[in-house]
Amino acid sequence: MTNSIAEIPEADFIFAIGTNTTETHPVISLFVRRALRRGATLVVADPRRTELAGLATVHLAHRAGSDLALLNGLCHVIIKEGLWNREFVAQRTEGFEALREAVAKYPPEKVEAITGINAETIRRVAREYARAEKAMILYTMGVTQHICGTANVLAIANLALLTGHIGRPGTGVNPLRGQNNVQGACDMGGLPHVLTGYQSITDPAVREKFAAAWGRPLPATPGLTVGEMFEAALAGKVRAMYIVGENPVLSDPDGKHVAEALAGLDFLVVQDIFLSETAALADVVLPAACFAEKEGTFTNTERRVQLVRKAVDPPGEALPDWQIVCRLATAMGYPMTYPDAAAIMEEIARLTPSYGGISHRRLAQGAGLQWPCPTADHPGTPYLHAERFTRGLGKFHPVEYVPPAEEPDGNYPLLLTTGRRLFQYHTGTMSRRVAGLEALLPAEWLEVNPADLAALGLTDGEEARLSSRRGSLVVRVRASTAVPPGLVFTSFHFRELAINQLTNPARDPQAKIPELKVCAVRLEKL
Amino acid sequence: METVSLTIDGRPVTVPAGTTVLEAASAAGITIPTLCHDPELTAVGACRLCVVEIAGMRNLPASCVTQVSEGMEVQTASPAVIEARRTILELLLASHPQDCLACDKAGDCRLQDYAYRYGIRSSPFRGETHAYAVDASHPFILRDLNKCILCGKCVRVCAEVQGRSVIDFAYRGFGTRVIPAFDLPLAQADCVSCGSCVAVCPVGALQPKEMQGQGRTWERRKVRTVCPYCGTGCTIELNVNDGRVVGVTSAPDGAVNGRHLCVKGRFGYGFIHHPERLRQPLIRKEKRFVTAGWDEALAYVAERLGRVKATHGPDAVAVLTSARCTNEENYLISKFARAVLGTNNIDHCARL
Ligand code: SF4
Ligand code: SF4
Repeated sequence: MTNSIAEIPEADFIFAIGTNTTETHPVISLFVRRALRRGATLVVADPRRTELAGLATVHLAHRAGSDLALLNGLCHVIIKEGLWNREFVAQRTEGFEALREAVAKYPPEKVEAITGINAETIRRVAREYARAEKAMILYTMGVTQHICGTANVLAIANLALLTGHIGRPGTGVNPLRGQNNVQGACDMGGLPHVLTGYQSITDPAVREKFAAAWGRPLPATPGLTVGEMFEAALAGKVRAMYIVGENPVLSDPDGKHVAEALAGLDFLVVQDIFLSETAALADVVLPAACFAEKEGTFTNTERRVQLVRKAVDPPGEALPDWQIVCRLATAMGYPMTYPDAAAIMEEIARLTPSYGGISHRRLAQGAGLQWPCPTADHPGTPYLHAERFTRGLGKFHPVEYVPPAEEPDGNYPLLLTTGRRLFQYHTGTMSRRVAGLEALLPAEWLEVNPADLAALGLTDGEEARLSSRRGSLVVRVRASTAVPPGLVFTSFHFRELAINQLTNPARDPQAKIPELKVCAVRLEKL
Repeated sequence: METVSLTIDGRPVTVPAGTTVLEAASAAGITIPTLCHDPELTAVGACRLCVVEIAGMRNLPASCVTQVSEGMEVQTASPAVIEARRTILELLLASHPQDCLACDKAGDCRLQDYAYRYGIRSSPFRGETHAYAVDASHPFILRDLNKCILCGKCVRVCAEVQGRSVIDFAYRGFGTRVIPAFDLPLAQADCVSCGSCVAVCPVGALQPKEMQGQGRTWERRKVRTVCPYCGTGCTIELNVNDGRVVGVTSAPDGAVNGRHLCVKGRFGYGFIHHPERLRQPLIRKEKRFVTAGWDEALAYVAERLGRVKATHGPDAVAVLTSARCTNEENYLISKFARAVLGTNNIDHCARL
């Protein structure tokens, strides 16, 4: 997030696109409710009528996968009607002309044809966003899990730059991260092309700095992303994998292929707290401590680094992941020892400008620190881009709408979209082992519009066959007006309904995000 | 800003106009007892425990709904005030089950605290007591309306913070109760199980079901940490007794969330001590997993990874790190991939 959660109630206009906030980030949704109580306008763009959409002043139920057309259409109206922030655009941005040219092709009537949203509504939303005192954009995977995920994010940034709704409290471009430390895993260089703090692996000076600290030369070419790893494994290029705390067999698209890829490896080691579907395929399984059994830090979606404290001992011989890695590195001839997690953070701080002022000692004193926090006396940064952007001027990126990789056709006439539910979490490794959560949501179903059910001769609660080009599953259907005709929805929490066997691994060319949010499917009576 | 000067217990105090007497007292370091008041919620003046004496006023006003005015003279602990508070507490206790010996809330109960503070051993009123069935329908929340003092905090937090209004006052007089619509059991109501109602309940009427019998409040050590589920990063307190996490509570000063959590953060801790947790390294031998010691397992992993690296090059190995690991661990796993294995093939499920 460029801004902080606590700033949400300050906004007078909130544009939430592709986020089912009340279920996936329930506590953040409380801040949205507070903004509404203070009179803020909420516009929700989501093909589904989520609970958040029910709270909205305007719900834009755009066609799944048409986000980019919608966003470009909003920019079009803002420029056409002269509502853009001239001062901000002149002083803080570059590339405006290129954007103007690109979005000229998205008049509201054309956007209406693509998205299904009434042209007049598009105009009204664009005007209100542009004219708001403080407008905030919230989004999640509904925007990014598309073949055009990167372009979608750039289009959101264009909107904020155009109107100057960035760099001030209560504004900004705010992705809500789904997993507790996904922000931190990225910050720490758990990515194939960057080291800590997004320092590029292709920059020789960066490599040199890390090589000096780590005592080994670093490989210079970016590595494979997770989806590419499985493809390389199937092609026999990747021969061994070390998987820590992940369950790609259930979480990744085209799950059958993932399992095949893992089964074909020469060697697979999985480190986890439970014998997950992925761990069950391993040659060696290493038992790890869970969050309650170790010290360290997590970084939340608003860049707040907070202390994780040990409450109890791990079961049996399980060890914290950092200790396992140290021992494994040592066994491989690279002695690695730290007295405690705090000492590791000291090393991180030395190598990472944005974490430079962060230490366990400081974190223990207060409510965490939001990076960038470059020095030991820096208070942290609640919102980014106040005076300047990281690269100096904010750059407009003209982006073009592309339809989803799969569109409904005669064979697969429906669109499937996936997401999360309140009472479960991710692949269920943790939440499905909590008896009460299981009691609250014991099983998954497929949400289908009653009109589609009727056309297929199905009744609510019946089992039916759901197929895509990659596989086929038996699902229980539930009539739901939260999905429009033509769209069906389910979550990926349940191994009994391993929906990712059907989803499309087609990826965004830059971010390599798979298009989990749309694929073409067929539903049939058994 | 317009200010108002007044005296509270003889102490001069200056506060912004519009401040309540309760807030002004608190600013001056004087604590007035309350049951129904909560700084985050609308003030309703229902319990009247916060009454004070104000010179020139005939009745004792409730300080939570009385605004300060210039020159006001407030007494927060005059004999009349003490007497009024004792009467309120005696009336509440008259119909309250005298169950403190076995109640899990004991030690963290406002009614118990105030009875202690005002020296109330028993109630002179022989009140009728309720005989409501305890609602144990919900997997996480136990509702014992016999202990409810009708402060209404749960009603307000559910409506004002959660925006749900699952529960509300119903019936009249002595039969007044806080219930879900149509008096359904909570499990059948449209409740999101956030537990904010439990967090604000000042007595034992709403309690976390799974913490029942898991040790006295004073035996539990609270360890402040971060929720393991979504990326909001809510502060939680793991309640530890006898080496086990027996529950989760929230703290008013949680950095992001204050006292509020969602169902997963507040109640989703059961996986920690789940019997299926992995306890020992496992090595696959002849299709089956057999347990191994750390040295054996790690030597084997080192040898196998080393062999793949030696025969096929470092890029034949790939590493997935985890959004569930700490920053320190993610850093070390990246260091391991790059410095030890010599590959940039490292990723995690950020995109999922
Ligand atoms: S748990 Fe939450 S939603 Fe349910 S009654 Fe309590 S406050 Fe309301
Ligand atoms: S309590 Fe709920 S909203 Fe808060 S971090 Fe945990 S899962 Fe997210």
